[in-house]
Amino acid sequence: MPEPERSHRDGVREVAPLAIAVLGFGASFGVLARAAGMGVVSPIVMSATTFAGSSQFAAASILDAGGSVASAVTAALLLNARYGPIGVSVAPYLHGSLWSRFIHAQLTVDETWAVAAEGEGRFNPKVLLGAGVTLYLAWVGGTVLGVAFGDLIGDPASWGLDAAFPALFLALLVPQLTTRDARLAALVGAAIALALTPFTPAGVPIIAASAGCLVGLGKARGSDTT
Amino acid sequence: MNAAWEVVVLTGLGTVMIKSLGPLLLGGRPLPHRIAGLVALLAPALLAALVAINTFADGRSLTIDARVLGVGVAAIAIWRRAPVLLVIVLAAGTTALARALVG
Repeated sequence: MPEPERSHRDGVREVAPLAIAVLGFGASFGVLARAAGMGVVSPIVMSATTFAGSSQFAAASILDAGGSVASAVTAALLLNARYGPIGVSVAPYLHGSLWSRFIHAQLTVDETWAVAAEGEGRFNPKVLLGAGVTLYLAWVGGTVLGVAFGDLIGDPASWGLDAAFPALFLALLVPQLTTRDARLAALVGAAIALALTPFTPAGVPIIAASAGCLVGLGKARGSDTT
Repeated sequence: MNAAWEVVVLTGLGTVMIKSLGPLLLGGRPLPHRIAGLVALLAPALLAALVAINTFADGRSLTIDARVLGVGVAAIAIWRRAPVLLVIVLAAGTTALARALVG
């Protein structure tokens, strides 16, 4: 008997445990964005349009540190650059209209992409849509909650919320360190960022750290050892 | 338009474009192997930089304060495969506790 094909509902069910965590993330983004002086409406609009957690936290943290608009936007977009190749990987399985492909593309984030994967590079667009809508509602809803209750929080530092940023980024980083090149890129990126901090405006060290990805050039010269 | 709104609009437009590129334009043709390899390394390099800056930077100076304790506890929790939400709560809680104790 063949495996029954997965549906939208399977996407919702499989992503549900993650959606609870994402609701919490969204709430912390709302709180931190307000603390960074972003106001009430703009964090919610950002969650509804950008829908990419780490880049939103990065932009808010750079604004909070007094960085420029250009450095906040550049850092956020560099963090989202991975959605270029990720989008290419799901594209062959999106057969609908231009509008339908656009919606699927916006809902393709790390978690929904992982849930929709069916092995051997195949992806299930129904699972992607079900999981995507679920996570989207959790992320935007969480942001609304965080913004609404931000007033009750007081000074975020006394709650240790400034330590939530690096903890979150570390939690997102660790699963990516599966290859030697990835670990090297991470080390070089962190070293560049710390070395530049005393000498450049906030945000610039993070953008410069993207040069850490150039460690991958070694592969092209034939040093494939792991 | 203030700085926050400029960031929201520009980041939103840029991210929507990045996410749309593959599904709308490329039609499944893969990136050249070398470029795909470099793009894949952007995320670890940038995330590690964000961890370092948000742990040690205070404006333009580098410091060691209560955040280091929180991130240290977070690292242990991640190593023990704790859920991400718990990792964040532990990091914030540890840092808040350290600040309350030191005053």
